[in-house]
Amino acid sequence: MRLTFTTLLRVAAVVLLLAFLFFPRAFAPLFAPLTQYGAPPIYDQGNLLQLALAQLATVCCAAAASTLVAVGLGVLVTRPAGAQFLPLSRTLVNIGQTFPPVAVLAVTVPLVGFGEKPTLIALFAYGLLPIFENTLTGLRSCPPGVLEAAHGMGMSARQRLLQVELPLAMPLILEGIRLSLVINVGTATIGSTVAAKGLGEVIIAGLLSNNTAFILQGGLVTGLMAILLYDLLAAVERRVCRTAHLE
Amino acid sequence: MITLEELSKQYGNTTVVDRVSLTVERNSIMVIVGTSGSGKSTLLRMINRLVEPSGGRVLLDGADTRAEAAHLLRRRIGYAIQGHGLFPHRTVAENIATVPRLLKWDERRIHARVEELLREFQLDPQAYAAAYPHQLSGGQQQRVGVARALAAEPGVLLMDEPFGALDPIIRDKAQEDLLAIQRRFGTTIVLVTHDMDEAFRLGDQVAVMSEGRLLQCDRPAVLLTRPADPFVARLTGLADRALRLLSLTTAGEAALPGSCEGPAVPASASLREALSELLWRGAASVAVTGADGAPCGHLTLAAIIARGRP
Repeated sequence: MRLTFTTLLRVAAVVLLLAFLFFPRAFAPLFAPLTQYGAPPIYDQGNLLQLALAQLATVCCAAAASTLVAVGLGVLVTRPAGAQFLPLSRTLVNIGQTFPPVAVLAVTVPLVGFGEKPTLIALFAYGLLPIFENTLTGLRSCPPGVLEAAHGMGMSARQRLLQVELPLAMPLILEGIRLSLVINVGTATIGSTVAAKGLGEVIIAGLLSNNTAFILQGGLVTGLMAILLYDLLAAVERRVCRTAHLE
Repeated sequence: MITLEELSKQYGNTTVVDRVSLTVERNSIMVIVGTSGSGKSTLLRMINRLVEPSGGRVLLDGADTRAEAAHLLRRRIGYAIQGHGLFPHRTVAENIATVPRLLKWDERRIHARVEELLREFQLDPQAYAAAYPHQLSGGQQQRVGVARALAAEPGVLLMDEPFGALDPIIRDKAQEDLLAIQRRFGTTIVLVTHDMDEAFRLGDQVAVMSEGRLLQCDRPAVLLTRPADPFVARLTGLADRALRLLSLTTAGEAALPGSCEGPAVPASASLREALSELLWRGAASVAVTGADGAPCGHLTLAAIIARGRP
């Protein structure tokens, strides 16, 4: 591996994030100037590592559900039998994106109660659009000659989908999943308003007690996680493209 | 043997193929020519049911092609298209193995068949089996496309303008290879093209289509000398029909006994090439040499001229 400036930066970011999550107290002198009247400089009402992991778990669960539904819908509307559902699917997915996640929380809490569930629903709906649109583009941009050949050689519709269309669309589908995940890492912090475990707790605690250090900690850890996740998934995508020779 | 009986295709009120009846003899090459929009591709695609006919039927060795599921039928029929349509995410070997895999051949047999085909198409298995399509030249990609179509040893091979995207030199080689392969495997080939030179070179029979109808289906020489329709005459080229006719006979076939001094042409060259040689040299006669380079006859200008008339 070439040790470029960007890889160095990434390694530094990983080290910084892990150091902060495992040994937050060591960073107390750094955050102390941001506090007033002797307030604690490091969040002390919960374990930062556990909160970060809980948030990551919520985001991943929501992304898995979004992927299943969005890819499924994308496949459905690109089949001759499902083409009529394209406008409907697009509308649904667009509503998921335009309806603010906070509003989704407000609507779903009375239905499913406080905790992780409303957050999962909000993130699921919010993350559908990029995956759906990318799946659609990926499936539609398969070279017509390749599909014609697959058809002419006697592949069944299912074989064409699994052996030709989805593999060729995979780089774009993965890109959609990456976008959706990264958006939702940030969005997930609002889940703390309805008692979902996550770094939003730290930010809210900071807002309530007027403690800038807390707000900054919650925000920085969330931001670092999003950036690193983005890089990690981009690397996975490049690897998939390379092994599948789809550059 | 392929028999088309009153085959038709309508899209709404538009008739794309209009009651075409045609017989393709076993082990022969049938070339379908026509302008774009003549229905020739649709006709071809009805043979393997990529397009379902609106009327009429297709018999493959006497059996109606509708007797089995379309995708199973297609696995028995080779199919090669313009621009090859190779799977970009699969290696050359995997591409060629596509239909044998669909037919669930065992891996050893598939491997042996892939190697055989690669050698047949002058592609070293060591160098090319694990390569990806984008690493090959246009001519190599096209050969892999044809090899893939022949992988499961189909009795029938359908080709839709297979050489359309190749430059003239590679196309010439590809046509030569196809003729050699056809002789070796005895495959029945139906090929669609708009290139008349290609049709005359490859076709045992040439079928001319226009506006969905079959105008004439005959041996190339008959098409030139006795066109059934003014359109056929126009398509086969009024201006150079004599030269086309000459290109159908080889120097070896037309050679007169005895040899002569001066320029020579190989027996495998066409009379058109022999004539060109005579004109170029300003000579009145040319020697004909066999495959071993020894003279086996000669041709005179008068003898060639006699062959260029109906």
